[in-house]
Amino acid sequence: MNVIETRELGKSYGKTWALRDCTLAVPEGRLAALVGPNGAGKSTLMNLAVGLAVPTTGTVTLLGGISATSPAVLHDIAFMAQDAPVYRNLSVADMLHLTKNLNWKFDYAQAKARLADLGIPLKKKTGKLSGGQQAQVALTLALARRPRLLVLDEPLAALDPLARQDFMATVMTAMADDGVSVLLSSHALADLERVADFVVVLGNGELRIAGDTDELLAEHLLLTGPAADADRMAGLLEPVQVKRAEAQAHLLVRTGGVAGEKPVPPGWEAHPVGLEELVLAYLRPTNIKSSAAGSRTELTDVNR
Amino acid sequence: MSVLTLPAQPGQATATLPVPWQRMLWVTWRQHRGMLIGLTSVLAAVAVFLLIAGLDVHHAYSALTACRPVDSNACAALNSHFNNAYWPMGNTVGIFMNLAPVLIGMFTGPAVLARELETGTFRYAWTQGIGRVRWTIAKLTLLAVVITILAWAFSQLFSWFFDPIMDFEGMSIVASKGVFDTRGIDFAAWTLVAFAIGACLGMLIRRIIPAMAATLGVYLALDLLSWLVLREDYPVAIDTTNASLFNGPSTPSSPWVLRTWTVGHTNWWRYIPASRFWPMQFIESGWLLVLAIALIAATVWLVRRRAA
Repeated sequence: MNVIETRELGKSYGKTWALRDCTLAVPEGRLAALVGPNGAGKSTLMNLAVGLAVPTTGTVTLLGGISATSPAVLHDIAFMAQDAPVYRNLSVADMLHLTKNLNWKFDYAQAKARLADLGIPLKKKTGKLSGGQQAQVALTLALARRPRLLVLDEPLAALDPLARQDFMATVMTAMADDGVSVLLSSHALADLERVADFVVVLGNGELRIAGDTDELLAEHLLLTGPAADADRMAGLLEPVQVKRAEAQAHLLVRTGGVAGEKPVPPGWEAHPVGLEELVLAYLRPTNIKSSAAGSRTELTDVNR
Repeated sequence: MSVLTLPAQPGQATATLPVPWQRMLWVTWRQHRGMLIGLTSVLAAVAVFLLIAGLDVHHAYSALTACRPVDSNACAALNSHFNNAYWPMGNTVGIFMNLAPVLIGMFTGPAVLARELETGTFRYAWTQGIGRVRWTIAKLTLLAVVITILAWAFSQLFSWFFDPIMDFEGMSIVASKGVFDTRGIDFAAWTLVAFAIGACLGMLIRRIIPAMAATLGVYLALDLLSWLVLREDYPVAIDTTNASLFNGPSTPSSPWVLRTWTVGHTNWWRYIPASRFWPMQFIESGWLLVLAIALIAATVWLVRRRAA
């Protein structure tokens, strides 16, 4: 079963297309990372998925075919918006009661226990909590609804490294214990590289690539060889990305199957690719100078 | 939207029944109790003043009406005291009462939705299992009912307070805006419509302060329209040639003369008798109620179709 399925999905605000022609299927049981620079359309895709926005074109369905705009789907999904909005004047206990009242399913005991584990006082107003604690409260509320799909929009952006680790640990535990599927967006890949088993890359409102992380890594190779030979090779292999240095060129190619299926041409060396390298290659698909492409953890908005 | 196809077993929604309405009682109270307590406190404080001052006014007026002989110096002194002490006070409170519906509407309506949109909490609220349509209908209806009841109770107290002053000044119960708007069910209806205007503009404008200003503007326009144009056209007027109806001194039961004209040598009057106070009240409150329901429905529709 696919937890999210989109078909030719598009959303425009006036004349600007925030998302265009996106056809995508995320299978059940995954931690799917939705990555791309700011303004790539990640929030738009998430808002469409949870019914906060209505598609301009195409369709989006959840949990094996339920329309995202149908009210019934809200019983089975939970959404945590960017910056974890909570009612700042309400106490943590009030937020628990509020969420309990607004939903059929709510595991009050689990939520209380989790907050106690985290050392978050129930009587404190949510506005007085740290950013990390607010995110944990929002996540606890979302998980206590016992969703089958958890959608998290940039949950890590405002957190310090320690809080990111704690947050991800909670998510991973919920996945292991309750079988929750997760769609998580981020513009920082480093936190997701080891945990995301599915990746969706968005750039400039378009889907660049999506798939199982291991399969994608197995399908891609980085070829390094003489720069003089780069154009001929590029014509032959249709690389995703060509990077040129002084004497050497780097070609990131999709082998279309298991790595090593295609023989490595003489004079060239093949290396496996990392997830970050792969994602960046799909975000910068054209020929570029190597000086512009260092190793970095933040995906800057290359499309503007 | 595509036709909802029944998904295979694992794809079925867990609950098919919506979250019950009564859950919104606690939610609405918890989220808006500050506003409700604030409103009730202000009204209660003014009510205490009206009660104390009202007893005083009633006492002074019954002394004045019981005074015999009417043209004695003692009675003239009572009359002048009432005129100097209570009429200005009553007049001031009366002006406040005419503005009270829009003040209540401004401070209660816009924040309900505009605060969610300003702070981004709508992304939390509208993705909960209850769904945003139920959430909006329940909140707006509950708040509208509570505010209308509070306003009605308050206007009854004011009417009692103002009775002697209205009598003393001979203000017609149908012709005088300051009297007609503040008694019966009219005051409550105007407060309800002010709340609905505020809620709708809060959703449209998405920011509290501009929505409050717009509420004031729209309400005053509607108020002027009803006062200067619509009220004369309510189907309660009578045409007559009986001049004696309009000869007496001005009292609360004086008719409201809309216009006079002459046919041949006969003078005609079109007027609304004071006895038609209640039909007029029902007509005005009726269209205000319909307008308020339409505005709340429009607000729900805006919430439903709003794209994030």
